Amino acid sequence: MELMKAFQTGRSKPIDFRVQQLKNLQRFITEKQKDITDALKKDLHKSENGTLLYELLGLEGEINMAIANLSVWMAPRPVAKNLLTISDEVYIQPEPLGVVLIIGAWNYPITVTLQPLVGAIAAGNAVVVKPSEVSCHTAKVLELLPLYLDPEMYPVVTGGVPETQELLKQRFDHIFYTGNSMVGKLVMEAAARHLTPVTLELGGKNPCYIDKDCDLEIACRRITWGKYINCGQTCISPDYILCEPSIQDKVVEEIRKSIKEFYTDDPKTFIDYGRIINQRHFKRIIALFEGSTVAIGGENDESQCYIAPTVLRDVTPESKVMQEEIFGPVLPIVPIKGVNEAIQFINEREKPLALYVFSSSNKVIKQMISETSSGALLANDCLIHYTISDLPFGGVGNSGMGCYHGKSTFDQLSHLRSCLIKRLGMEQLNGMRYPPHTAEKLRLARLLLLKQVSLGRVRHLVQATTLIMLAAFVLALYYVS
Amino acid sequence: MSQEQRAVERARKAFCTGRTKPLQYRIDQLKNLQRFIVERQKEIADALKKDLNKSEFGTPLYETMGLEGEISLAVSKLAEWAAPRPATKNLLTVSDEVYIQPEPLGVVLIIGAWNYPWAVTLQPLIGAIAAGNAAVIKPSEVCVHTSKVMGALLPLYIDKEVYPVVTGGVQETQELLQHRFDYIFYTGNCTVGKVIMEAAAKHLTPVTLELGGKSPCYIDKNCDITIACRRIAWGKYTNCGQTCIAPDYILCDPSIQDRIIEEIKKSVKEFYTEDPKTCSDYGRIINKRHFKRVMTLLEDSTIAMGGQNDESECYIAPTVLKDVKPGAKVMQEEIFGPVLPILCIGNVDEAIDFINQREKPLALYIFSSDNKLIKHMITETSSGGVLANDCLVHFSVSSLPFGGVGNSGMGSYHGKFSFDQLSHLRGCLIKQLKMEGMNKMRYPPHTAKKLSWARFFILNQVELSKLGRWALFALLAVVVAVILQRYFAD
Repeated sequence: MELMKAFQTGRSKPIDFRVQQLKNLQRFITEKQKDITDALKKDLHKSENGTLLYELLGLEGEINMAIANLSVWMAPRPVAKNLLTISDEVYIQPEPLGVVLIIGAWNYPITVTLQPLVGAIAAGNAVVVKPSEVSCHTAKVLELLPLYLDPEMYPVVTGGVPETQELLKQRFDHIFYTGNSMVGKLVMEAAARHLTPVTLELGGKNPCYIDKDCDLEIACRRITWGKYINCGQTCISPDYILCEPSIQDKVVEEIRKSIKEFYTDDPKTFIDYGRIINQRHFKRIIALFEGSTVAIGGENDESQCYIAPTVLRDVTPESKVMQEEIFGPVLPIVPIKGVNEAIQFINEREKPLALYVFSSSNKVIKQMISETSSGALLANDCLIHYTISDLPFGGVGNSGMGCYHGKSTFDQLSHLRSCLIKRLGMEQLNGMRYPPHTAEKLRLARLLLLKQVSLGRVRHLVQATTLIMLAAFVLALYYVS
Repeated sequence: MSQEQRAVERARKAFCTGRTKPLQYRIDQLKNLQRFIVERQKEIADALKKDLNKSEFGTPLYETMGLEGEISLAVSKLAEWAAPRPATKNLLTVSDEVYIQPEPLGVVLIIGAWNYPWAVTLQPLIGAIAAGNAAVIKPSEVCVHTSKVMGALLPLYIDKEVYPVVTGGVQETQELLQHRFDYIFYTGNCTVGKVIMEAAAKHLTPVTLELGGKSPCYIDKNCDITIACRRIAWGKYTNCGQTCIAPDYILCDPSIQDRIIEEIKKSVKEFYTEDPKTCSDYGRIINKRHFKRVMTLLEDSTIAMGGQNDESECYIAPTVLKDVKPGAKVMQEEIFGPVLPILCIGNVDEAIDFINQREKPLALYIFSSDNKLIKHMITETSSGGVLANDCLVHFSVSSLPFGGVGNSGMGSYHGKFSFDQLSHLRGCLIKQLKMEGMNKMRYPPHTAKKLSWARFFILNQVELSKLGRWALFALLAVVVAVILQRYFAD
């Protein structure tokens, strides 16, 4: 493969090359900002400021972080020694994997396609970038990437399902896919044929539990924000609410207020309110209303793929809207009798990508954490765990495998190679391992292998002792004078 | 209901009771596993003698001692490993709790291999138990006696509902793979590795595949050949070459080939006497199928040492092949036997090219006194792990992740890595329902002004831990300055 040849030249390995490419990526985002915001307006009706806030800001932060930290991330990582390796070099060396395939999604087409690319470049790989064809205008803008990045090292391949299937027949050293579980399985199956490791950023129904004991006004404002940005088409948007019947009315009221605050009385004419990506998804979402009671919204316009911010109330677990990830501006409220029932409800279903819990009680929050599982958990807010680069972002079970953001992306797209460099001396020490095996040799081996002294602890002890002695010395001087 | 289905369902049910989560339970199970190894040492050694002709002392040295070390490590470190791991805060999360919480995945399937059946089946189990999972253990049926002992005795020590042992062959494994697991840990070969990953894909089950390949061993002209060859001979012929990280073949300059053969001959005699067939420390090939397979590999190469064999005992003498060509049969597949081909190459760069033209190996060995050469080789190649001037021992350093890359595997384990590999590291952010004013900048309507505030907070990710450290140093410096000033003032 052409790209493998480009990688094998070794060009992508030196840190200067990687930093330069990352800076070029930054330039692309800055110089083509207008093209990007225009494309996102056409694809998803994202406002200009909305694009800057939700797509480009985070990306810029990740690029800055990678550039600032790259030399540290790339450096050999020393590990704890034991008695047998005391005079050896023992470390983990991060290395590029080779050629990475990044398959992007259409909902935040710039972010979810380019953020993995930041890590792939930082880790020294060559990359095939395959943007989603569904966000077709953005895919066109991404075709401009080769004007900024090394076109041999980071080709962009556009196209639909046939092109993706063709790509998946090729051999890669890692495949990074963002999208849905169904296609995720196909990607992993294709990867299996070449023993290619994968990162799958998938989705699911993210539960949002609202406790009786909490500031409903603030909670609902944050939930409203998390739900309706990008018209609900966010992998970590709160999919549905679980709360006690006694607070359902208040929840509905507060959400209504927040919707008005954010999107005015007429979201359809409001610049910051998005659209459904295409008619297929529009129809899919409208069909989900069937059998449930609309408490807010429900208005829609197929010609514009417009669906108003909608809340459904008294939703039952069997209703259509609870059978699949909504990925739209429809927020069902499922009444339950308290946190224990909520936990049971959540655990009967697939592990979600995000779990939200709103409560003033730390006890409730900690109970939710310890009795459920999810990609991540965020208490008392929505979405923003995404912006903390030190928290690994990824799913578990049906919501995905692997993780990224910040250093995690670098590590995910590297091979962390164990290195042990010994010397051809001290051969007598090895006597205990060579045949003929005897009880005496075994006893010696047990002694040396099973007493893995943590040399790190010894170092800390020495440091602490030195500090104490220094302090004592200074104090002694003071008192003597 | 098949035994497989029953085992999986019981394990799942047991896991859902929450029984495996408390640390004390996990520690108790690990200690029970420790007791099993100690109390059943004889049964374990007897089974290994029948399966692989492993000697009585060979078994603890190569199989169980490492396990004991891993169990001790897990028991002593478990509280630390399982605790919340604080993450770096930024300006926006100063007053929040931000951490990574390790959690069990659920039900792990561990498929063992036959070459070090205890080590490679129980070591992942240690990590699985430590991480709070249930585990279905499927030992390799190829090591017939060991899998019998495992099936019969393990359930007497560790919770047999939570950690059922399922014995059987290909059919039983295929049956198991139809079920849904939360993780699959497989040790074996690439062909089956692909089948495992394909099966896992149907349920979106993550996998660790500890596979193999041809681990190259480069011997530089510039090194102590006596010591090098002794270590290589040990690494190669242990367990009759049936080690995933055995040095598969040697690359060296033609001028040192004869010397290498001499030194290996000497070491082999030192370890296994003049007649390895009668030496209790020399193993056997696992079965006739593999015996025939390994013997076929000798066909088109020149034997420099050994070559004697006895099919009735599955015995193959420690063998060295010289002047081997890249196209020879022995260079087409992982040998996994006591046959050591030597290929002559011109220099280290030729060796690097040779290695890079082939699949990434599980281990790369470099013997040289020249550190520069060693570092050059590391930089220009890739492999699961790399060990300079010795063989195999990186396996016993628990602070090094053990695993492959490319065809040699994916994922890694040992020590804390086993725990992390078999856990879900869940990002947790706990905020307060206050300071709502701060959030204004993110709410619609989106304005340029709000955006510039957001830029400020998100792009200035001040590392607060670093800030804290600097503040502490500053304070210390002030204190020392004050004291010194007082001292000089007097």
